[in-house]
Amino acid sequence: MTSVEPSVLADDVTASRRTRSAGQLAGRAFAGLTTGAGALILAVLAAVALFLVVRGLPALTSSSADLSARIEWFKKGQTLLGYTGPLIFGTLLAGALALLIATPVAVGIALFISHYAPRRLAQGLGYVVDLLAAIPSVVFGLWGVLWLVPKLVPGFSWLHEALGGVPLFAGTPSPTGRTILAVGLVLAAMILPIITAVSREVFLQTPRLHEEAALAMGATRWEMIRMAVFPFGRSGVISAAMLGLGRALGETMAVLMILSPGFSYSLALLQASKHQTIAANIAAQFPDANPSGVSVLIATGLALFVITMAVNVTARWIVSRRKEFSGAN
Amino acid sequence: MTLSRHSRIGAAAFVGAVALALTACSSSSGSSSSAPSSTLKGELNGAGSSAQESAMAAWRAGFQSLNSGVTVNYDPVGSGGGRTQFLAGGVAFAGTDAALSADELTKAKTVCGADPVEFPVYISPIVVIFNLPGITKLQMAPATIAGIFDDKITKWNDPAIAADNPGVTLPDLAITTVHRSDDSGTTKNFTDYLAKAAPSAWTVGAVSTWAQKTGEGAQGTTGVVSTVQSGSGAIGYADASKAGSLGTVAIKVGSAYVPFSSDAAAKVADVSPRDTARASSDIVIKLDRTTTDVTAYPLVLVSYLVACPKYTDAQTAPLVHGFLKYVVSEAGQNAAASAAGSAPLSATLRGPQGSGTR
Repeated sequence: MTSVEPSVLADDVTASRRTRSAGQLAGRAFAGLTTGAGALILAVLAAVALFLVVRGLPALTSSSADLSARIEWFKKGQTLLGYTGPLIFGTLLAGALALLIATPVAVGIALFISHYAPRRLAQGLGYVVDLLAAIPSVVFGLWGVLWLVPKLVPGFSWLHEALGGVPLFAGTPSPTGRTILAVGLVLAAMILPIITAVSREVFLQTPRLHEEAALAMGATRWEMIRMAVFPFGRSGVISAAMLGLGRALGETMAVLMILSPGFSYSLALLQASKHQTIAANIAAQFPDANPSGVSVLIATGLALFVITMAVNVTARWIVSRRKEFSGAN
Repeated sequence: MTLSRHSRIGAAAFVGAVALALTACSSSSGSSSSAPSSTLKGELNGAGSSAQESAMAAWRAGFQSLNSGVTVNYDPVGSGGGRTQFLAGGVAFAGTDAALSADELTKAKTVCGADPVEFPVYISPIVVIFNLPGITKLQMAPATIAGIFDDKITKWNDPAIAADNPGVTLPDLAITTVHRSDDSGTTKNFTDYLAKAAPSAWTVGAVSTWAQKTGEGAQGTTGVVSTVQSGSGAIGYADASKAGSLGTVAIKVGSAYVPFSSDAAAKVADVSPRDTARASSDIVIKLDRTTTDVTAYPLVLVSYLVACPKYTDAQTAPLVHGFLKYVVSEAGQNAAASAAGSAPLSATLRGPQGSGTR
């Protein structure tokens, strides 16, 4: 009998030692997996950048005469920069329009959900906004081209008549409405959910004490929002807007379907065939492009990659700079 | 007259060439060509022209229902992509809106080990469509169409349009031209027609991507049609099968105005000469856009199939042989016509080879 007990004890000890070592192994494996996942995203990013540079290099190093000889749609005497420039301009213009239209609306919706709406309604509305984010961009494109754009034409004519003196609305408006402003409106609808969702979360995080302190000092609800919610949420709204801008810059299908493309640095928002975005141009030209053409398109893709990187870096920088002055903590 | 005699020679050569090419296929594959086609088995891969996509769907369905053991795949990557894949040996056949270039022919010879087989399978008429309240038919000379699409004619009541349309009351409305914004064979053939039929009015030449800054661009055939539909006073060009209820333009051929019809579109391939610089198995039509035959409609897109006369894989040769034979057959051409609205190849062009597999 006495001899049994130590052996049981010993069994216990080895068993617990075994589970401990198994747990350690699992922990180490999990740590390895997460590190791997983190490294994977960097690897994918590096692979995409490398692909763009390597495949775009033939276009970057060829002379403009060479390119125009080999590619039908590459005009004689045009440089690669001269080709990409208007595309970059069009991409930024479409993104800026979308952002200008979407951000105020999104902040309004977010504030309504976080501070004004009754709880039940807020939940339902939040759900609907998230649902809007799930609509594929090709559906937005179809909706835009078949329903929205024809309805915009009278509005565009009115804008031109009322504000024709402003360069933005100068020139005879397009009779079909397939302009950069129409694209901006559809893109705004597309990026609205992401800006709203992030802003709403940020506004909800405003410390209760700040809000109550403001109200206790006799502030109205609007004054409280201005004093407590906005300063706290500013950096969050900016990063939300930048997330939206990132989506707007890269949006392809909706732009391809709606915009009547053209290559120029025109500011006339109501005229068709003046602008084109990089992503939509790649989608339009790629299917029948020869190897030189593909290389030029990839080079423009590299430009888009650099722009979106720059937008993200700027957003990070703004957010980190504002953090200290946000008055939150 | 000399023209039509020439074309008859061309057509005869076409028939001979297809026969020759198809015999070449069968000789490399042994006995299988004389066996009933239902014994065919395996998978056949092709890629290329997206213009042929709906026709190809009909051909695949038709061929597969005749040969239950066969699967035909077609990737509509675009003509350029299809030619590249074919020349790299990735697919057994390619559909292309433009015939192989000299460079590509050399490559094809290395890939196939012989002159490739190339012939027209798909004739798609292109119509000039417009949206004018109350008017469904107009007549235009090529120079008028060129002037409109070059923004030289900007009003519907322009004297040039009025001269083509005696008795029609044209509105004082601005013209909005609509073109394809993507790279397209339709644009290529439309501009090629303008460049050849109205060389002094259209100086841009044949391009597959619209080059001018005038007018509005829309994505794809459907995009052009819906844009023309939405804009009063708009004019565009599109595959005839997609024109819907829009007004169409009868184009001036010789001394008459010819409205679009399948027969007239097929006819232009009959009256056009063959490219005689090519090998006998390589049948490329030099479309005669300036024909004066008033039964022909020269604004068409002709799309080709390219294949090898022999394959290293013994299974592929009879499959390609059978499929191509079906495609040019009357049944195949009619299937494409009802599915894609193409103009079936005429009996002269199709030849006895084609009608044999009905």
